[in-house]
Amino acid sequence: MSVPTDLRYTRDHEWVRLEGELASVGITQYAADQLGDIVFVELPDAGRELEATKPFGVVESVKAVSDLYAPVTGAVAAVNDALATSPELVNSDPYGEGWMIQVRLAADADLGELLDAEAYDDLVAAG
Amino acid sequence: MSEDASALPHETPLAARHEALGARMIDFAGWRMPVQYSSILEEHRAVRERAGLFDLSHMGELWVEGQEAASALDGALVSAPSRLAVGRAHYSMIVAPDGGIIDDLIVYRLADDRFMVVANAGNADVVSDALAERLAGTRAVLDDHSLATGLVAVQGPRSIDVLRPLTDVDLDGLRYYAIADGHVAGIPAQVARTGYTGEDGFEVFVDTARTGDLWDALLPAVQAVDGRPVGLGARDTLRLEAGMPLYGNELDRETTPFDAGLGRVVKLDKPGDFVGRAALEKVAADGPRRRLVGLVVEGRGIARHGYPVHAADRRTGVVTSGTQSPSLGQPIAMASIGVADGEPGTILDVEIRDARVPARVVPLPFYRRNS
Repeated sequence: MSVPTDLRYTRDHEWVRLEGELASVGITQYAADQLGDIVFVELPDAGRELEATKPFGVVESVKAVSDLYAPVTGAVAAVNDALATSPELVNSDPYGEGWMIQVRLAADADLGELLDAEAYDDLVAAG
Repeated sequence: MSEDASALPHETPLAARHEALGARMIDFAGWRMPVQYSSILEEHRAVRERAGLFDLSHMGELWVEGQEAASALDGALVSAPSRLAVGRAHYSMIVAPDGGIIDDLIVYRLADDRFMVVANAGNADVVSDALAERLAGTRAVLDDHSLATGLVAVQGPRSIDVLRPLTDVDLDGLRYYAIADGHVAGIPAQVARTGYTGEDGFEVFVDTARTGDLWDALLPAVQAVDGRPVGLGARDTLRLEAGMPLYGNELDRETTPFDAGLGRVVKLDKPGDFVGRAALEKVAADGPRRRLVGLVVEGRGIARHGYPVHAADRRTGVVTSGTQSPSLGQPIAMASIGVADGEPGTILDVEIRDARVPARVVPLPFYRRNS
């Protein structure tokens, strides 16, 4: 498996696209494949304060419910409303149309725990 | 079979084939089983619209034979197998003396003096032991064929087209809940018109050693009608839409058949005693404590097994099974709730994480095929 090299990753299989003080967040192709057909995504409202490593939402496949963990600390700036009616976008385009939220990074947000693509690839390869 | 949790799970005779097809395998009821091959939603739709092929070799096949097989089963189960004609089957249950459900079963009458009781994989040992105990002292013996039997199902509206060219069994003359001896792809088989999907379909019982040959003959025939192999994931969504109970979810030792809305399975009018009769007569007289209902979630969220259900501000019960219905495109659930709270049309609340989400009580099943 190869993952986009311009993104950062968590050990819980979220990805982060850092653009200045904004961070877009989704789950990786590996996570989407493991979950199978995604039928429901529950996301926070804009403005909610998120804390890195804490749950911020839920993704459900036909079979299972999985928590989503915030990769960074900050406030939710935007939510992908398309997932309310088309949660399958997370399977079909996890790094694009299947994005979940955009976070405005807190001033003291610590990005040091995020993995680069190579480290995330290794994590997935190790199972 | 072993109950030792540390023991390796049983392999069905088709395990290597599932892996070659790219299936994701899970441990289920002591067996390593395919949960999905491609996509649960695609597998579900294949069964609803065309055909699906299932490996059910994990199920328990318990043969009861002997001069008193029929009357002994009447005493062991809640139904009346003695009333079955040869070649017919019915849905049944085995309960504890207190009326609690040990397992739900399909009973096939293979001959005057021979029955096949099909039990859930996770309960096969317990049912086998209980039956052996209940048959003691009768002229009937239990023979556990579970590991000697492979079971493959073809389910879906095209299943008869899939199977017809491969078998000498008169499928068009085989009624729902009937079973016949014959061959499939030249393999000696028993073919039953039964299933767990809400669609027309067939279950084919063969010798374990021939299960691979059977699968190899059926898979291309299923694929030829644009069908596909189907794992446990879609099996669960299919049965839930069809309103069929799953042991461990809707049924358990704390639940009587009446509590699950399945009192019709209990034949209190049959002569003689049977295990659980006194307890079940009392439930039948006093009325059940709970009822099983269908729910369609009207707010956002999917009601899952174990989520609490509220009527106004009072907790009335619990979700027993729930999923996003692939056929309806809505979240559906079955729930066990207070008897007074379950009239169709009632709006209840399901507690989904921190939220109370409204759900409407609907009649079961959620899905009924066009016949």
